Amino acid sequence: MNDIYKGNLVRLSAMNAEEAGKAFARWHRDSEFRRLIDSGVLPLPSAKFAQTWLEKELEEASVNQHWFSIRKLDDDQLLGDIDLYVYNWSARDAFVGLGIGEREFWGKGYGTDVMRVILRYAFIEVNLHRVTLTVFEYNPRAIRSYEKAGFRHEGRMRGALNKEGRRWDILVMGILREEWMEQNGYKTAN
Amino acid sequence: MEITMFDIQTQLFEGRDIRFGPIDHEKDPQIESKWTHDSDFMRLYDIEPARPMSPAMVKKKYEKLEKEIEESKNMFYFAIRAREDDRLLGKAIISRIEWSNGNGWIELGIGAADDRRKGYGAQALQLLLRFAFAELNLYRVTARVQEYNEAAIALLKKFGFTEEVRRRQALDRDGRRWDLLVFGLLKDEWANQAQA
Amino acid sequence: MRDLFRGELVRLTAEDPEIRAKTEVHWQRDSEYRRFLDTEPAMVVSEKWLKDWFEKRGEEGFSPNRYVFSIRTLAEDKLIGFFSLWVDLVHSEAWVGIGIGEREFWGKGCGTDAMRLCLRYAFTELNVHRVSLGLMDYNPRALRSYEKAGFRLEGRTRGDVQRAGKRHDSLWMGILREEWLAMQPR
Repeated sequence: MNDIYKGNLVRLSAMNAEEAGKAFARWHRDSEFRRLIDSGVLPLPSAKFAQTWLEKELEEASVNQHWFSIRKLDDDQLLGDIDLYVYNWSARDAFVGLGIGEREFWGKGYGTDVMRVILRYAFIEVNLHRVTLTVFEYNPRAIRSYEKAGFRHEGRMRGALNKEGRRWDILVMGILREEWMEQNGYKTAN
Repeated sequence: MEITMFDIQTQLFEGRDIRFGPIDHEKDPQIESKWTHDSDFMRLYDIEPARPMSPAMVKKKYEKLEKEIEESKNMFYFAIRAREDDRLLGKAIISRIEWSNGNGWIELGIGAADDRRKGYGAQALQLLLRFAFAELNLYRVTARVQEYNEAAIALLKKFGFTEEVRRRQALDRDGRRWDLLVFGLLKDEWANQAQA
Repeated sequence: MRDLFRGELVRLTAEDPEIRAKTEVHWQRDSEYRRFLDTEPAMVVSEKWLKDWFEKRGEEGFSPNRYVFSIRTLAEDKLIGFFSLWVDLVHSEAWVGIGIGEREFWGKGCGTDAMRLCLRYAFTELNVHRVSLGLMDYNPRALRSYEKAGFRLEGRTRGDVQRAGKRHDSLWMGILREEWLAMQPR
Protein backbone atom coordinates (compact mmCIF):
# COMPACT_ATOMS: atom_id res chain seq x y z
CA MET A 1 0.00 0.00 0.00
CA ASN A 2 1.28 3.46 -0.77
CA ASP A 3 2.09 6.08 1.82
CA ILE A 4 -1.21 7.84 2.11
CA TYR A 5 0.11 10.90 3.86
CA LYS A 6 2.61 11.80 1.12
CA GLY A 7 2.25 13.74 -2.08
CA ASN A 8 4.97 14.89 -4.45
CA LEU A 9 5.63 18.23 -2.78
CA VAL A 10 3.91 18.02 0.59
CA ARG A 11 2.83 15.61 3.27
CA LEU A 12 -0.03 15.54 5.77
CA SER A 13 1.05 15.73 9.37
CA ALA A 14 -0.56 16.07 12.77
CA MET A 15 -1.38 19.51 14.00
CA ASN A 16 0.76 20.89 16.76
CA ALA A 17 -1.56 23.40 18.42
CA GLU A 18 1.18 25.74 19.62
CA GLU A 19 3.03 25.87 16.30
CA ALA A 20 -0.14 26.08 14.24
CA GLY A 21 -1.60 28.75 16.53
CA LYS A 22 1.42 30.98 15.96
CA ALA A 23 1.27 30.37 12.22
CA PHE A 24 -2.49 31.10 12.03
CA ALA A 25 -2.05 34.36 13.84
CA ARG A 26 0.67 35.37 11.40
CA TRP A 27 -1.18 34.22 8.25
CA HIS A 28 -4.35 36.04 9.27
CA ARG A 29 -2.54 39.37 9.15
CA ASP A 30 -2.52 38.94 5.37
CA SER A 31 -5.95 40.21 4.39
CA GLU A 32 -5.75 38.71 0.92
CA PHE A 33 -5.33 35.28 2.52
CA ARG A 34 -8.30 35.89 4.81
CA ARG A 35 -10.52 37.03 1.98
CA LEU A 36 -9.68 33.94 -0.06
CA ILE A 37 -10.67 31.47 2.64
CA ASP A 38 -13.28 33.11 4.87
CA SER A 39 -16.68 34.20 3.60
CA GLY A 40 -17.38 36.10 6.82
CA VAL A 41 -15.18 38.50 8.73
CA LEU A 42 -13.47 37.44 11.93
CA PRO A 43 -11.31 39.40 14.39
CA LEU A 44 -7.54 39.07 14.09
CA PRO A 45 -6.58 36.22 16.41
CA SER A 46 -3.60 36.33 18.73
CA ALA A 47 -1.25 33.33 18.72
CA LYS A 48 -2.49 32.45 22.18
CA PHE A 49 -6.15 32.64 21.20
CA ALA A 50 -5.51 30.57 18.08
CA GLN A 51 -3.65 27.93 20.07
CA THR A 52 -6.40 27.62 22.70
CA TRP A 53 -9.04 27.41 20.01
CA LEU A 54 -7.08 24.73 18.14
CA GLU A 55 -6.54 22.68 21.27
CA LYS A 56 -10.26 22.65 21.90
CA GLU A 57 -11.10 21.76 18.30
CA LEU A 58 -8.51 19.00 18.21
CA GLU A 59 -9.84 17.49 21.45
CA GLU A 60 -13.14 16.83 19.83
CA ALA A 61 -11.52 15.06 16.88
CA SER A 62 -13.78 12.24 15.89
CA VAL A 63 -14.40 10.00 12.95
CA ASN A 64 -16.19 13.01 11.38
CA GLN A 65 -13.21 15.31 11.26
CA HIS A 66 -9.80 14.78 9.68
CA TRP A 67 -7.64 17.86 10.09
CA PHE A 68 -4.00 17.97 9.09
CA SER A 69 -1.10 20.36 8.95
CA ILE A 70 0.55 20.60 5.54
CA ARG A 71 4.33 20.33 5.49
CA LYS A 72 6.81 20.64 2.66
CA LEU A 73 8.44 17.29 1.92
CA ASP A 74 11.95 18.67 1.45
CA ASP A 75 12.35 20.80 4.58
CA ASP A 76 9.22 20.13 6.66
CA GLN A 77 8.13 23.78 6.54
CA LEU A 78 4.56 24.36 7.71
CA LEU A 79 2.55 25.76 4.77
CA GLY A 80 -1.04 25.61 5.89
CA ASP A 81 -3.78 23.21 6.89
CA ILE A 82 -6.40 21.04 5.26
CA ASP A 83 -9.60 19.76 6.80
CA LEU A 84 -11.93 16.96 5.74
CA TYR A 85 -15.26 17.14 7.53
CA VAL A 86 -17.77 14.33 7.05
CA TYR A 87 -21.06 16.14 7.47
CA ASN A 88 -23.30 13.31 6.25
CA TRP A 89 -22.38 9.66 6.82
CA SER A 90 -25.56 8.43 5.23
CA ALA A 91 -24.47 9.90 1.91
CA ARG A 92 -20.76 9.53 2.78
CA ASP A 93 -20.07 13.10 1.76
CA ALA A 94 -17.43 15.40 3.23
CA PHE A 95 -16.47 19.05 2.87
CA VAL A 96 -12.81 19.80 2.30
CA GLY A 97 -11.30 23.11 3.33
CA LEU A 98 -7.80 24.12 2.33
CA GLY A 99 -5.72 27.11 3.37
CA ILE A 100 -2.12 27.73 2.36
CA GLY A 101 -0.94 30.52 4.61
CA GLU A 102 2.57 30.91 3.22
CA ARG A 103 2.12 33.30 0.33
CA GLU A 104 5.32 32.43 -1.47
CA PHE A 105 3.92 28.97 -2.12
CA TRP A 106 0.77 30.13 -3.90
CA GLY A 107 0.48 29.22 -7.57
CA LYS A 108 3.30 26.67 -7.44
CA GLY A 109 1.33 23.43 -7.41
CA TYR A 110 1.30 22.91 -3.66
CA GLY A 111 -2.44 23.30 -3.38
CA THR A 112 -3.11 20.81 -6.16
CA ASP A 113 -0.66 18.36 -4.62
CA VAL A 114 -2.20 18.46 -1.15
CA MET A 115 -5.71 18.26 -2.58
CA ARG A 116 -4.69 15.09 -4.44
CA VAL A 117 -3.38 13.62 -1.19
CA ILE A 118 -6.52 14.44 0.77
CA LEU A 119 -8.74 12.99 -1.96
CA ARG A 120 -6.82 9.75 -1.87
CA TYR A 121 -7.22 9.72 1.92
CA ALA A 122 -10.92 10.49 1.63
CA PHE A 123 -11.64 7.75 -0.89
CA ILE A 124 -9.38 4.88 0.20
CA GLU A 125 -8.92 5.40 3.92
CA VAL A 126 -12.17 6.97 5.07
CA ASN A 127 -14.03 5.34 2.16
CA LEU A 128 -16.28 8.26 1.29
CA HIS A 129 -18.55 8.48 -1.71
CA ARG A 130 -18.01 12.16 -2.55
CA VAL A 131 -16.03 15.21 -1.52
CA THR A 132 -17.45 18.71 -1.78
CA LEU A 133 -15.87 22.14 -1.59
CA THR A 134 -16.81 25.76 -1.95
CA VAL A 135 -14.51 28.33 -3.53
CA PHE A 136 -14.93 32.02 -4.18
CA GLU A 137 -15.49 33.40 -7.65
CA TYR A 138 -12.58 35.81 -7.19
CA ASN A 139 -10.11 32.99 -6.50
CA PRO A 140 -9.32 31.72 -10.03
CA ARG A 141 -6.01 30.23 -8.95
CA ALA A 142 -7.78 27.88 -6.50
CA ILE A 143 -10.55 27.06 -8.97
CA ARG A 144 -7.97 25.94 -11.55
CA SER A 145 -6.11 23.96 -8.91
CA TYR A 146 -9.26 22.09 -7.85
CA GLU A 147 -10.19 21.38 -11.48
CA LYS A 148 -6.74 19.86 -11.91
CA ALA A 149 -7.29 17.72 -8.84
CA GLY A 150 -10.46 16.30 -10.40
CA PHE A 151 -13.29 18.38 -8.97
CA ARG A 152 -16.20 19.25 -11.23
CA HIS A 153 -18.32 22.36 -11.14
CA GLU A 154 -21.72 21.64 -9.65
CA GLY A 155 -23.24 25.08 -9.16
CA ARG A 156 -22.94 28.55 -7.70
CA MET A 157 -24.47 30.31 -4.74
CA ARG A 158 -25.17 33.61 -6.41
CA GLY A 159 -24.18 36.81 -4.65
CA ALA A 160 -23.27 34.94 -1.49
CA LEU A 161 -20.22 37.13 -0.84
CA ASN A 162 -20.21 40.82 -0.16
CA LYS A 163 -16.76 42.39 -0.45
CA GLU A 164 -15.34 45.64 -1.76
CA GLY A 165 -18.79 47.06 -2.37
CA ARG A 166 -20.13 44.33 -4.66
CA ARG A 167 -21.57 40.85 -4.66
CA TRP A 168 -19.63 37.74 -5.72
CA ASP A 169 -20.65 34.08 -6.19
CA ILE A 170 -19.49 31.09 -4.17
CA LEU A 171 -18.84 28.13 -6.45
CA VAL A 172 -19.68 24.60 -5.38
CA MET A 173 -17.49 21.82 -6.71
CA GLY A 174 -17.57 18.09 -6.12
CA ILE A 175 -15.88 14.84 -6.99
CA LEU A 176 -17.36 11.34 -6.82
CA ARG A 177 -15.69 8.11 -5.75
CA GLU A 178 -16.12 6.47 -9.17
CA GLU A 179 -14.59 9.47 -10.91
CA TRP A 180 -11.61 9.54 -8.58
CA MET A 181 -11.09 5.75 -8.71
CA GLU A 182 -11.13 5.80 -12.48
CA GLN A 183 -8.80 8.78 -12.71
CA ASN A 184 -6.38 7.04 -10.36
CA GLY A 185 -6.42 3.51 -11.70
CA TYR A 186 -8.50 1.74 -9.07
CA LYS A 187 -11.09 -0.92 -9.89
CA THR A 188 -14.58 0.31 -9.23
CA ALA A 189 -16.36 -3.06 -9.11
CA ASN A 190 -17.41 -3.51 -5.50
CA MET B 1 13.83 -21.82 24.58
CA GLU B 2 11.42 -23.87 26.61
CA ILE B 3 8.44 -22.21 28.14
CA THR B 4 8.26 -22.95 31.81
CA MET B 5 4.93 -21.86 33.10
CA PHE B 6 5.21 -22.20 36.80
CA ASP B 7 8.62 -20.69 37.42
CA ILE B 8 8.27 -17.71 39.68
CA GLN B 9 11.88 -16.62 39.29
CA THR B 10 11.81 -16.19 35.50
CA GLN B 11 11.28 -12.56 34.74
CA LEU B 12 7.90 -11.73 33.19
CA PHE B 13 9.17 -8.51 31.68
CA GLU B 14 12.59 -9.41 30.30
CA GLY B 15 13.22 -10.76 26.80
CA ARG B 16 16.49 -11.32 25.01
CA ASP B 17 16.74 -7.96 23.23
CA ILE B 18 13.60 -6.30 24.49
CA ARG B 19 11.86 -5.69 27.78
CA PHE B 20 8.36 -4.72 28.79
CA GLY B 21 8.19 -1.41 30.60
CA PRO B 22 5.84 1.42 31.56
CA ILE B 23 5.02 4.46 29.46
CA ASP B 24 7.53 7.30 29.70
CA HIS B 25 5.32 10.38 29.44
CA GLU B 26 8.30 12.64 28.70
CA LYS B 27 10.23 10.66 26.08
CA ASP B 28 7.70 8.35 24.42
CA PRO B 29 5.23 10.84 22.85
CA GLN B 30 7.88 12.13 20.46
CA ILE B 31 8.67 8.61 19.28
CA GLU B 32 5.12 7.38 19.00
CA SER B 33 4.20 10.56 17.14
CA LYS B 34 6.71 9.56 14.46
CA TRP B 35 5.15 6.12 14.12
CA THR B 36 1.74 7.64 13.52
CA HIS B 37 3.17 9.61 10.61
CA ASP B 38 4.14 6.33 8.93
CA SER B 39 0.94 5.31 7.22
CA ASP B 40 2.31 1.81 6.53
CA PHE B 41 2.64 1.19 10.24
CA MET B 42 -0.78 2.65 10.95
CA ARG B 43 -2.43 0.51 8.31
CA LEU B 44 -0.76 -2.63 9.62
CA TYR B 45 -1.47 -1.91 13.24
CA ASP B 46 -5.11 -0.85 13.14
CA ILE B 47 -8.27 -0.66 11.05
CA GLU B 48 -9.29 2.93 11.87
CA PRO B 49 -8.30 5.54 9.28
CA ALA B 50 -4.59 6.25 9.66
CA ARG B 51 -4.21 9.53 11.49
CA PRO B 52 -0.96 11.23 12.40
CA MET B 53 -0.70 12.50 15.97
CA SER B 54 1.45 15.26 17.38
CA PRO B 55 3.48 14.52 20.54
CA ALA B 56 0.92 16.53 22.53
CA MET B 57 -1.89 14.37 21.16
CA VAL B 58 0.03 11.21 22.03
CA LYS B 59 0.64 12.47 25.56
CA LYS B 60 -3.09 13.09 26.00
CA LYS B 61 -3.81 9.64 24.66
CA TYR B 62 -1.46 8.09 27.20
CA GLU B 63 -3.22 9.96 30.00
CA LYS B 64 -6.62 8.78 28.86
CA LEU B 65 -5.25 5.28 28.49
CA GLU B 66 -3.90 5.06 32.02
CA LYS B 67 -7.17 6.39 33.37
CA GLU B 68 -9.12 3.81 31.41
CA ILE B 69 -6.82 1.02 32.57
CA GLU B 70 -7.37 2.02 36.16
CA GLU B 71 -11.14 2.32 35.85
CA SER B 72 -11.94 -0.66 33.67
CA LYS B 73 -9.52 -3.10 35.25
CA ASN B 74 -9.62 -5.21 32.12
CA MET B 75 -6.57 -4.00 30.23
CA PHE B 76 -2.79 -4.25 30.45
CA TYR B 77 -0.51 -2.01 28.45
CA PHE B 78 3.23 -2.61 27.98
CA ALA B 79 5.72 -0.38 26.25
CA ILE B 80 8.23 -2.56 24.41
CA ARG B 81 11.64 -1.14 25.14
CA ALA B 82 15.13 -1.99 23.88
CA ARG B 83 17.19 -3.89 26.37
CA GLU B 84 20.34 -1.90 25.90
CA ASP B 85 19.09 1.68 26.22
CA ASP B 86 15.39 1.38 27.13
CA ARG B 87 14.28 3.25 24.02
CA LEU B 88 10.71 2.74 22.90
CA LEU B 89 10.29 0.10 20.19
CA GLY B 90 6.60 -0.67 20.26
CA LYS B 91 3.63 -1.68 22.34
CA ALA B 92 2.02 -4.88 23.57
CA ILE B 93 -1.51 -4.87 24.92
CA ILE B 94 -4.04 -7.26 26.39
CA SER B 95 -7.48 -5.71 26.52
CA ARG B 96 -11.20 -6.39 26.75
CA ILE B 97 -10.45 -9.05 29.34
CA GLU B 98 -13.53 -10.90 30.52
CA TRP B 99 -12.45 -12.27 33.87
CA SER B 100 -15.40 -14.60 34.30
CA ASN B 101 -14.67 -16.25 30.97
CA GLY B 102 -10.89 -16.02 31.12
CA ASN B 103 -10.43 -14.44 27.72
CA GLY B 104 -8.73 -11.35 26.33
CA TRP B 105 -7.67 -9.68 23.09
CA ILE B 106 -4.01 -9.06 22.27
CA GLU B 107 -2.39 -6.41 20.11
CA LEU B 108 1.22 -5.87 19.30
CA GLY B 109 3.13 -3.40 17.16
CA ILE B 110 6.77 -2.50 16.50
CA GLY B 111 6.63 1.14 15.48
CA ALA B 112 9.66 2.01 13.37
CA ALA B 113 10.21 0.22 10.05
CA ASP B 114 13.93 -0.15 10.90
CA ASP B 115 13.08 -2.03 14.07
CA ARG B 116 10.96 -4.62 12.31
CA ARG B 117 12.22 -7.91 10.91
CA LYS B 118 14.60 -8.19 13.87
CA GLY B 119 12.65 -10.70 15.91
CA TYR B 120 11.41 -8.12 18.43
CA GLY B 121 7.79 -8.91 17.62
CA ALA B 122 8.30 -12.61 18.35
CA GLN B 123 10.08 -11.83 21.62
CA ALA B 124 7.32 -9.46 22.64
CA LEU B 125 4.59 -11.94 21.77
CA GLN B 126 6.40 -14.55 23.82
CA LEU B 127 6.37 -12.28 26.87
CA LEU B 128 2.79 -11.20 26.28
CA LEU B 129 1.50 -14.75 26.06
CA ARG B 130 3.38 -15.79 29.15
CA PHE B 131 1.83 -12.85 30.97
CA ALA B 132 -1.64 -13.75 29.72
CA PHE B 133 -1.47 -17.44 30.61
CA ALA B 134 0.90 -17.63 33.55
CA GLU B 135 0.04 -14.38 35.31
CA LEU B 136 -3.51 -13.47 34.32
CA ASN B 137 -4.46 -17.15 34.09
CA LEU B 138 -6.54 -16.63 31.00
CA TYR B 139 -8.03 -19.61 29.23
CA ARG B 140 -7.60 -18.16 25.74
CA VAL B 141 -6.33 -15.12 23.91
CA THR B 142 -7.74 -13.69 20.70
CA ALA B 143 -6.17 -11.52 18.01
CA ARG B 144 -7.66 -9.71 15.04
CA VAL B 145 -5.62 -9.36 11.84
CA GLN B 146 -6.22 -7.81 8.45
CA GLU B 147 -6.00 -10.33 5.63
CA TYR B 148 -3.19 -8.28 4.00
CA ASN B 149 -0.98 -8.36 7.10
CA GLU B 150 1.17 -11.34 6.15
CA ALA B 151 3.85 -10.72 8.78
CA ALA B 152 1.33 -10.75 11.61
CA ILE B 153 -0.42 -13.83 10.30
CA ALA B 154 2.91 -15.66 10.04
CA LEU B 155 3.86 -14.65 13.57
CA LEU B 156 0.56 -15.80 15.05
CA LYS B 157 0.73 -19.13 13.25
CA LYS B 158 4.30 -19.61 14.46
CA PHE B 159 3.02 -19.31 18.01
CA GLY B 160 0.30 -21.88 17.43
CA PHE B 161 -2.70 -19.60 16.88
CA THR B 162 -5.60 -21.02 14.86
CA GLU B 163 -7.56 -18.97 12.34
CA GLU B 164 -11.08 -19.21 13.76
CA VAL B 165 -13.23 -16.59 12.05
CA ARG B 166 -13.16 -14.94 8.65
CA ARG B 167 -15.19 -11.75 8.71
CA ARG B 168 -15.74 -11.37 5.01
CA GLN B 169 -15.20 -7.95 3.41
CA ALA B 170 -15.28 -6.30 6.81
CA LEU B 171 -12.47 -3.89 5.98
CA ASP B 172 -12.61 -1.21 3.30
CA ARG B 173 -9.17 0.13 2.53
CA ASP B 174 -7.09 1.24 -0.41
CA GLY B 175 -10.07 1.13 -2.70
CA ARG B 176 -11.08 -2.49 -2.08
CA ARG B 177 -12.57 -4.81 0.49
CA TRP B 178 -10.55 -7.16 2.67
CA ASP B 179 -11.44 -9.86 5.17
CA LEU B 180 -10.70 -9.48 8.85
CA LEU B 181 -9.41 -12.63 10.50
CA VAL B 182 -9.81 -13.68 14.11
CA PHE B 183 -7.15 -15.97 15.56
CA GLY B 184 -7.26 -17.79 18.89
CA LEU B 185 -4.84 -19.62 21.16
CA LEU B 186 -5.85 -21.73 24.16
CA LYS B 187 -3.79 -22.03 27.31
CA ASP B 188 -3.19 -25.77 26.83
CA GLU B 189 -2.05 -25.23 23.26
CA TRP B 190 0.42 -22.63 24.45
CA ALA B 191 1.67 -24.71 27.34
CA ASN B 192 2.24 -27.78 25.18
CA GLN B 193 4.43 -26.18 22.58
CA ALA B 194 8.13 -25.54 22.92
CA GLN B 195 9.20 -22.41 21.14
CA ALA B 196 10.80 -23.02 17.73
CA MET C 1 -41.08 2.13 -0.42
CA ARG C 2 -41.77 -0.39 2.29
CA ASP C 3 -42.71 0.48 5.84
CA LEU C 4 -39.38 0.23 7.63
CA PHE C 5 -40.92 -0.09 11.06
CA ARG C 6 -43.68 -2.63 10.50
CA GLY C 7 -43.22 -6.36 9.95
CA GLU C 8 -45.67 -9.25 9.92
CA LEU C 9 -45.68 -9.98 13.63
CA VAL C 10 -43.93 -7.02 15.20
CA ARG C 11 -43.30 -3.33 14.80
CA LEU C 12 -40.39 -1.14 15.85
CA THR C 13 -40.80 1.72 18.28
CA ALA C 14 -38.90 4.20 20.40
CA GLU C 15 -39.90 4.04 24.05
CA ASP C 16 -39.48 6.40 26.98
CA PRO C 17 -36.84 5.52 29.56
CA GLU C 18 -39.44 4.63 32.22
CA ILE C 19 -41.14 2.17 29.92
CA ARG C 20 -37.90 0.56 28.85
CA ALA C 21 -36.81 0.30 32.47
CA LYS C 22 -40.11 -1.21 33.56
CA THR C 23 -39.86 -4.05 31.07
CA GLU C 24 -36.10 -4.61 31.24
CA VAL C 25 -36.15 -4.90 35.04
CA HIS C 26 -38.59 -7.75 34.66
CA TRP C 27 -36.79 -9.47 31.75
CA GLN C 28 -33.35 -9.43 33.38
CA ARG C 29 -34.60 -11.63 36.22
CA ASP C 30 -34.80 -14.46 33.74
CA SER C 31 -31.16 -15.51 33.81
CA GLU C 32 -31.53 -17.54 30.65
CA TYR C 33 -32.46 -14.32 28.82
CA ARG C 34 -29.37 -12.64 30.27
CA ARG C 35 -27.09 -15.50 29.44
CA PHE C 36 -28.30 -15.56 25.84
CA LEU C 37 -27.86 -11.82 25.51
CA ASP C 38 -24.16 -11.44 26.17
CA THR C 39 -21.08 -12.94 27.76
CA GLU C 40 -20.88 -10.82 30.88
CA PRO C 41 -21.86 -12.36 34.19
CA ALA C 42 -25.62 -12.26 34.52
CA MET C 43 -26.65 -9.71 37.10
CA VAL C 44 -29.69 -7.79 38.23
CA VAL C 45 -30.01 -4.05 38.56
CA SER C 46 -32.78 -1.85 39.95
CA GLU C 47 -35.50 -0.26 37.84
CA LYS C 48 -34.15 3.12 38.95
CA TRP C 49 -30.66 2.27 37.73
CA LEU C 50 -32.11 1.17 34.37
CA LYS C 51 -34.22 4.31 34.05
CA ASP C 52 -31.21 6.52 34.78
CA TRP C 53 -29.15 4.59 32.26
CA PHE C 54 -31.76 4.81 29.50
CA GLU C 55 -32.20 8.50 30.28
CA LYS C 56 -28.49 9.15 30.03
CA ARG C 57 -28.38 7.39 26.68
CA GLY C 58 -31.34 9.41 25.52
CA GLU C 59 -29.62 12.63 26.51
CA GLU C 60 -26.71 11.78 24.27
CA GLY C 61 -29.12 12.38 21.40
CA PHE C 62 -28.93 10.81 18.01
CA SER C 63 -25.59 9.67 16.75
CA PRO C 64 -24.79 8.40 13.28
CA ASN C 65 -23.34 5.20 14.66
CA ARG C 66 -25.96 3.97 17.10
CA TYR C 67 -29.58 2.95 16.48
CA VAL C 68 -31.78 1.39 19.11
CA PHE C 69 -35.31 0.10 18.61
CA SER C 70 -37.88 -1.45 20.88
CA ILE C 71 -40.00 -4.31 19.56
CA ARG C 72 -43.77 -4.52 20.05
CA THR C 73 -46.11 -7.28 18.89
CA LEU C 74 -48.68 -6.17 16.32
CA ALA C 75 -51.45 -8.27 17.82
CA GLU C 76 -51.22 -7.24 21.50
CA ASP C 77 -48.99 -4.16 21.18
CA LYS C 78 -46.87 -5.79 23.87
CA LEU C 79 -43.31 -4.62 24.36
CA ILE C 80 -41.30 -7.82 24.03
CA GLY C 81 -37.73 -6.85 23.33
CA PHE C 82 -35.22 -4.59 21.58
CA PHE C 83 -32.40 -4.52 19.12
CA SER C 84 -29.52 -2.14 18.66
CA LEU C 85 -27.30 -1.44 15.69
CA TRP C 86 -23.79 -0.14 16.14
CA VAL C 87 -22.26 1.12 12.92
CA ASP C 88 -18.60 1.32 11.94
CA LEU C 89 -19.04 4.22 9.54
CA VAL C 90 -15.68 4.02 7.83
CA HIS C 91 -15.96 0.33 6.92
CA SER C 92 -19.74 0.41 6.57
CA GLU C 93 -20.39 -2.49 8.90
CA ALA C 94 -23.22 -2.75 11.41
CA TRP C 95 -23.23 -4.96 14.50
CA VAL C 96 -26.63 -6.03 15.77
CA GLY C 97 -27.59 -7.09 19.24
CA ILE C 98 -31.13 -8.40 19.69
CA GLY C 99 -33.02 -9.62 22.73
CA ILE C 100 -36.57 -10.89 23.18
CA GLY C 101 -37.24 -10.51 26.87
CA GLU C 102 -40.76 -11.97 27.01
CA ARG C 103 -40.21 -15.72 27.20
CA GLU C 104 -43.70 -16.60 25.96
CA PHE C 105 -42.76 -15.02 22.64
CA TRP C 106 -39.68 -17.17 22.12
CA GLY C 107 -39.86 -19.59 19.20
CA LYS C 108 -42.90 -17.87 17.66
CA GLY C 109 -41.13 -16.07 14.83
CA CYS C 110 -41.06 -12.65 16.49
CA GLY C 111 -37.29 -12.58 16.71
CA THR C 112 -36.92 -13.58 13.08
CA ASP C 113 -39.47 -10.95 12.04
CA ALA C 114 -37.65 -8.28 14.03
CA MET C 115 -34.35 -9.33 12.51
CA ARG C 116 -35.84 -8.98 9.03
CA LEU C 117 -36.85 -5.41 9.83
CA CYS C 118 -33.42 -4.82 11.30
CA LEU C 119 -31.63 -5.98 8.15
CA ARG C 120 -33.93 -3.97 5.90
CA TYR C 121 -33.15 -0.91 7.97
CA ALA C 122 -29.42 -1.59 7.96
CA PHE C 123 -29.17 -2.20 4.22
CA THR C 124 -31.69 0.28 2.83
CA GLU C 125 -31.61 3.09 5.34
CA LEU C 126 -28.14 2.93 6.86
CA ASN C 127 -26.77 1.60 3.56
CA VAL C 128 -24.16 -0.58 5.18
CA HIS C 129 -22.04 -3.09 3.32
CA ARG C 130 -22.37 -5.89 5.90
CA VAL C 131 -24.13 -6.76 9.13
CA SER C 132 -22.47 -8.87 11.82
CA LEU C 133 -23.48 -10.50 15.04
CA GLY C 134 -22.24 -12.90 17.67
CA LEU C 135 -24.01 -15.56 19.70
CA MET C 136 -23.15 -18.42 22.01
CA ASP C 137 -23.12 -22.03 20.90
CA TYR C 138 -25.71 -22.88 23.56
CA ASN C 139 -28.30 -20.77 21.76
CA PRO C 140 -29.36 -22.98 18.82
CA ARG C 141 -32.74 -21.29 18.49
CA ALA C 142 -31.04 -17.98 17.74
CA LEU C 143 -28.63 -19.65 15.31
CA ARG C 144 -31.56 -21.08 13.33
CA SER C 145 -33.35 -17.73 13.37
CA TYR C 146 -30.30 -15.84 12.12
CA GLU C 147 -29.63 -18.41 9.41
CA LYS C 148 -33.21 -17.97 8.24
CA ALA C 149 -32.65 -14.23 8.13
CA GLY C 150 -29.66 -14.80 5.83
CA PHE C 151 -26.65 -14.68 8.14
CA ARG C 152 -23.78 -17.04 7.40
CA LEU C 153 -21.57 -18.63 10.02
CA GLU C 154 -18.08 -17.17 9.61
CA GLY C 155 -16.34 -19.01 12.42
CA ARG C 156 -16.22 -19.69 16.13
CA THR C 157 -13.84 -18.50 18.85
CA ARG C 158 -13.23 -21.64 20.86
CA GLY C 159 -13.90 -21.81 24.56
CA ASP C 160 -14.65 -18.13 24.66
CA VAL C 161 -17.24 -18.42 27.37
CA GLN C 162 -17.37 -20.50 30.51
CA ARG C 163 -20.77 -21.05 31.98
CA ALA C 164 -22.26 -23.69 34.23
CA GLY C 165 -18.83 -25.26 34.47
CA LYS C 166 -18.51 -25.87 30.74
CA ARG C 167 -16.57 -24.18 27.98
CA HIS C 168 -18.62 -22.75 25.11
CA ASP C 169 -17.71 -21.23 21.78
CA SER C 170 -18.83 -17.84 20.53
CA LEU C 171 -20.26 -18.04 17.03
CA TRP C 172 -19.59 -15.25 14.58
CA MET C 173 -22.03 -14.55 11.73
CA GLY C 174 -22.22 -12.05 8.91
CA ILE C 175 -24.35 -11.13 5.94
CA LEU C 176 -23.16 -9.05 3.00
CA ARG C 177 -25.16 -6.49 1.15
CA GLU C 178 -25.22 -8.45 -2.11
CA GLU C 179 -26.38 -11.57 -0.24
CA TRP C 180 -29.25 -9.69 1.38
CA LEU C 181 -30.25 -8.05 -1.92
CA ALA C 182 -30.31 -11.43 -3.63
CA MET C 183 -32.78 -12.66 -0.98
CA GLN C 184 -35.31 -9.91 -1.63
CA PRO C 185 -38.39 -10.60 -3.78
CA ARG C 186 -38.15 -8.92 -7.21
